[in-house]
Amino acid sequence: MTQRSAARAGLRALVIVALVALLVAALVAWLNQRGEDALLPDAPNAAASPELIARGAYLARAGNCMGCHTERGGVAYAGGRGVPTPFGTVYAPNLTPDPEHGLGRWTASEFWRALHNGRARDGRLLYPAFPYPNYTRVTRSDADAIFAFLRSLPAAAQANRPHTLQFPFDQQAALAVWRALYFRPAAAETDASRGADWNRGAYLVEGLGHCNACHASRNALGATASPLDLAGGLIPVQNWYAPSLASPAEAGVADWSDAHVMTLLKTGISPRGAVMGPMSEVVSGSTQHLSDADLRAMTTYLKALPPPAVTRVAEGTPAPIDGTGAKLYAKHCAACHGDAGDGSPGAYPALAGSRTVTMASAANLVHVVLEGGFPPVTAGNPRPYGMPPFATVLSDDDVAALLTHLRGSWGNRGAAVSAVDVNRFRNAK
Amino acid sequence: MRASVVALALALALAVASVAHAAPQVEDTMAQRVLACTGCHGPQGRAASDGYYPRIAGKPAGYLYNQLVSFRDGRRPYALMTNLLAPLTDDYLREIAEHFSQLELPYPPPTPATAGVDVLTRGETLVTRGDAALRIPACVQCHGAGLMGVAPSVPALIGMPRDYLNAQLGAWRAGSRHAMPPDCMAQVAQRLAPSDISALSQWLSAQAVPAGAKPAAAAVEPLPLPCGGAPGSPK
Repeated sequence: MTQRSAARAGLRALVIVALVALLVAALVAWLNQRGEDALLPDAPNAAASPELIARGAYLARAGNCMGCHTERGGVAYAGGRGVPTPFGTVYAPNLTPDPEHGLGRWTASEFWRALHNGRARDGRLLYPAFPYPNYTRVTRSDADAIFAFLRSLPAAAQANRPHTLQFPFDQQAALAVWRALYFRPAAAETDASRGADWNRGAYLVEGLGHCNACHASRNALGATASPLDLAGGLIPVQNWYAPSLASPAEAGVADWSDAHVMTLLKTGISPRGAVMGPMSEVVSGSTQHLSDADLRAMTTYLKALPPPAVTRVAEGTPAPIDGTGAKLYAKHCAACHGDAGDGSPGAYPALAGSRTVTMASAANLVHVVLEGGFPPVTAGNPRPYGMPPFATVLSDDDVAALLTHLRGSWGNRGAAVSAVDVNRFRNAK
Repeated sequence: MRASVVALALALALAVASVAHAAPQVEDTMAQRVLACTGCHGPQGRAASDGYYPRIAGKPAGYLYNQLVSFRDGRRPYALMTNLLAPLTDDYLREIAEHFSQLELPYPPPTPATAGVDVLTRGETLVTRGDAALRIPACVQCHGAGLMGVAPSVPALIGMPRDYLNAQLGAWRAGSRHAMPPDCMAQVAQRLAPSDISALSQWLSAQAVPAGAKPAAAAVEPLPLPCGGAPGSPK
């Protein structure tokens, strides 16, 4: 081959590569724009009625906006809280009407586009740590009510913290590719074969409530299989396990009474168990504020979730015969949880027959033993009973022996827990 | 007849079951609710033996409340406390603080000083007179003449282990412990040399707490610095 023809072949290859890149870029861009209406100019933001603001406040609770958009001890809705992800930390921005840092210059249409299409006011793509794959199902009228509520808040001149994401995840192009792969705008759909309660529940669970932001596993790029996936998953970085809401072996509620499900969401405790860890925040910031009608709707939806074809069970090996776990239980746990693990109603949950104790992932058990905790303070449970942290008292071997004992006693049939399992979740000292 | 036999059998079975494993004795009290605290802070909050988890029993309620809020809101960084308190409201934290503040329990004996006379004299001077040249107010100005603290928000300085005093003064000086702004104690701690911190902890931990000693009911004179955590302090 002459030098000249080699150069020509190289040039041709370059052109082909450039064309393919251009095509991919065009495809990604098209996938990012698909289903997105042109932004209509709004009427200037008029003063909203008190009723609209109140409805927006309620819906903001249902979406738990404050959960991320308020820093610990910070001004409500002024942003600043970091959402840790495997790709870096995404900081929730200021949602107060401050013109510089908040939503002061936003229009209702721009706010709707953020929820529905995941775009910032200037059209930039937003990170899905903001759960727009769920919020895309929120109706325009609900989005407008939330916007009216946010505009009614006192403006807080609190600057937004830039995200600390690693390359290439800090690039808009990477986000465009992610969205092309995993995000489609959607609308709230009514399933005519189901009742009004189920449909309202679906809207709250799949949309505003964004339950599957935690209760689903994520792939290597941080995407869930679908907004309808509630099959459970380990919450990235925090490493609490958000159990399956469909599986009878985890947190499925098909066989619970409506009242028990509603009580758990309303008060944080119920005769069938208590919430701890990240779900405490959800109950205290969101579900305790919901109306009985909405809690009933969510209950109807959750109870109707089809159970998984295959149930993850941790079929158990019997508790070890050396009795270390039993001794530790008698010393540290029995005074509250009882010699037979039957707990004390309203104060300490039963461990016998508890799915938190027996489910395949021991993550939450390890967290609770190491870090202790209180169920959330709610109007229905204003003075909860707490559990002490044992991180400074029990070694990894001790915790493993204790948990293996719990998982194999009083009819429980959960697999043994190893010291390595415990160490994996020991993140607080 | 058959029904009553079944009922009797059931009653017997229940009786046997309750003998076989006792149900936990759970009281509807604050003491029961805050067992989550006393796991580390010692029975009834008398302090752990390791010197790391301080006594909380008998400290002024406002002080305890400020610390609980500061831990919950991340002003005092300690993950175990922050996670534990995250789901609790201001009202409940106040109730927890009041519970511990009302406990009157004996204090442990003091730790004999290990430092020389010069160091102890320096410690005592700082406590009782401060150091005007370094703009360090006397400890007694804020913490009460008896050093048992002043209600509602100034804590005691005696009855605590030397390690704990060193750790806290050091943390304040290094900027890892904070109080509500303006943070008066941080300003004072930053004027203390490491040798002064050591002198203070040597002298303070060697003082016995008199039987029945309690925080002073009210400040005798205004605080020398504005303190965010103390109601009514100069701004």
